Amino acid sequence: MSKKLLLKNDHIPGINTLAVYRQNGGYSVLEKTLTTMTSDAVVEEVKKSGLRGRGGAGFPTGLKWSFLAKPEGVPRYLVCNADESEPGTFKDRYLMERIPHLLVEGMIASGFALGAKTSYIYIRGEYFYVAKILEQAIEEAYAAGLLGKNILNSGFDHDLYVQVGAGAYICGEETALLESLEGKRGNPRIKPPFPAVAGLYGCPTVVNNVETIAAVVPILEMGGDEYAKIGIGKSTGTKLISASGHINKPGVYEIELGLPVEEFIYSENYCGGIKGGRKLKAVVAGGSSVPVLPTELILKTAAGEPRLMSYESLGDGGFATGTMMGSGGFIVMDEDTSIVKNLYTFARFYHHESCGQCSPCREGTGWMERILHKILDGHGTLKDIDLLWDIQSKIEGKTICPLGEAAAWPVASAIRHFRSEFEAYVQNPEGIKDIKHYYRLNNERAVAG
Amino acid sequence: MSTAEDITFKPESLEKAQQLMKRYPEGKHKSALIPILHIAQAEFGGWLSAPTMDYVAKILNIQPIEVYEVASFYSMFNLQPVGKCLIEVCRTSSCWLCGAEDIIDHLEKTLGISVGETTADGRFSLKAVECLGSCGTAPMMQVGADYHENLTIEKVDTLLEKFRTEDKQSRYC
Repeated sequence: MSKKLLLKNDHIPGINTLAVYRQNGGYSVLEKTLTTMTSDAVVEEVKKSGLRGRGGAGFPTGLKWSFLAKPEGVPRYLVCNADESEPGTFKDRYLMERIPHLLVEGMIASGFALGAKTSYIYIRGEYFYVAKILEQAIEEAYAAGLLGKNILNSGFDHDLYVQVGAGAYICGEETALLESLEGKRGNPRIKPPFPAVAGLYGCPTVVNNVETIAAVVPILEMGGDEYAKIGIGKSTGTKLISASGHINKPGVYEIELGLPVEEFIYSENYCGGIKGGRKLKAVVAGGSSVPVLPTELILKTAAGEPRLMSYESLGDGGFATGTMMGSGGFIVMDEDTSIVKNLYTFARFYHHESCGQCSPCREGTGWMERILHKILDGHGTLKDIDLLWDIQSKIEGKTICPLGEAAAWPVASAIRHFRSEFEAYVQNPEGIKDIKHYYRLNNERAVAG
Repeated sequence: MSTAEDITFKPESLEKAQQLMKRYPEGKHKSALIPILHIAQAEFGGWLSAPTMDYVAKILNIQPIEVYEVASFYSMFNLQPVGKCLIEVCRTSSCWLCGAEDIIDHLEKTLGISVGETTADGRFSLKAVECLGSCGTAPMMQVGADYHENLTIEKVDTLLEKFRTEDKQSRYC
């Protein structure tokens, strides 16, 4: 199940420069695309590839592209979502830092497919040094005639800019991102209209994740049908997984979709097992927003089948026993991790990042953080656990954007699968100081207090 | 008290701001607001005062409230003065799992301040922040624009020594 399409050249010294990128076949796909294909044919290949949005939602990219409205005389925009802020996710940063030209090439080819003359890469402000790397790549591409007017004598004009954000998780939501790009607060828009009809400056716009746009390059290189043969079922192609937490080898791994979760965690080719030879306790498989699963459910589905790294297998069993592929932010927790404390860090995060537009999210995230704090402090009651459950259920589905769900699901899943741990905290407050919920550096566990 | 009239960008910053405004379609130059606020923050001591924001409004020909409401939304914009060296330690899940609390405790003890405070000499400000996308190299902290990863207590001490004389607060410059 080892197949590299995006990161096949990431080890080559100097691959971040145009010269080395081209020596290794870079921009040959763009040349083929611009000189031999129509824009509709590009969209068709992406549709055939079965590529699904790699930012988290997993929506079919070709279908998203086909929704783009094309009124006469109105500009269309392509915007790349490089806001990567989902806790546990750092794959886009790796890709942009190592192989910036892959994204630039993907942007130009995708811009051609969509008939967009201008595109923007919106990158989170904290990734400032990565923005500089991208700007350098773009400058090289302009100088080589790969951007600007009449690219490679194809008659296609395209301008590409990097836009730096300023610290707001919510700007990873596509309509909040567009608001931010227009110089406003990142408040998500009410949909419809969708960006495909009214996006940036009210014009038809496609917003795609970094990895999604980069994947367009290998898709056009091998053809959509060939790409669709990689992976498993409707989870076609490869996916970048950001692996972190209590594993021996954290980092970014490109996997062929369908790899067994157990192999990903324990194989020396990937995470290399749990640090210190400890036991696995739980995994958050797709970034902080997706349900946490205990060992028995992340390694095997409820039906006892091996759980695979694919959209379908990770989702098998719904939220009762399954989770989601999400962004591929794979956070591993060993046997001594406090699920309650980890959940508290998520709850604090969502409270901090709620834009405040919708009251269920604005108020609910704060309540969840405070109740978890109270439980961790030894002042919780059994009723607080029910109250947490009640609050999350009143946020889910009741907000303009999915940040509501993102805040609710970690809480719901932690209580669903680890209720006894919450009960231990509230029933034995004295015992809290003996609970190993406080991680020390060098991965030593220390008893708090 | 200074006003927007007393504030001007250095010529090269003004030039950069004007170039930025050209990136967008006619009439959509407000899109340059966030990048220009980064420039302003870097130029005026690492934070955005009301007169600084008024000045940015003037450059963009928009109402001051349009600048305030944006500056107050994004966590990278400081609306209060900060130390010459702004230390931001990530504390979300993966960093916590790998010992971020020890890093924060150590910084608080060494600098003699709590999270959210600035040292009396105005050199260091300490903030605990949410996920900075460095989960595989946790624990981490960002100082100015730079990422410092796979932190240990020893590594933090070495960095602090360096930052006693090196200013690290600006980002977009």
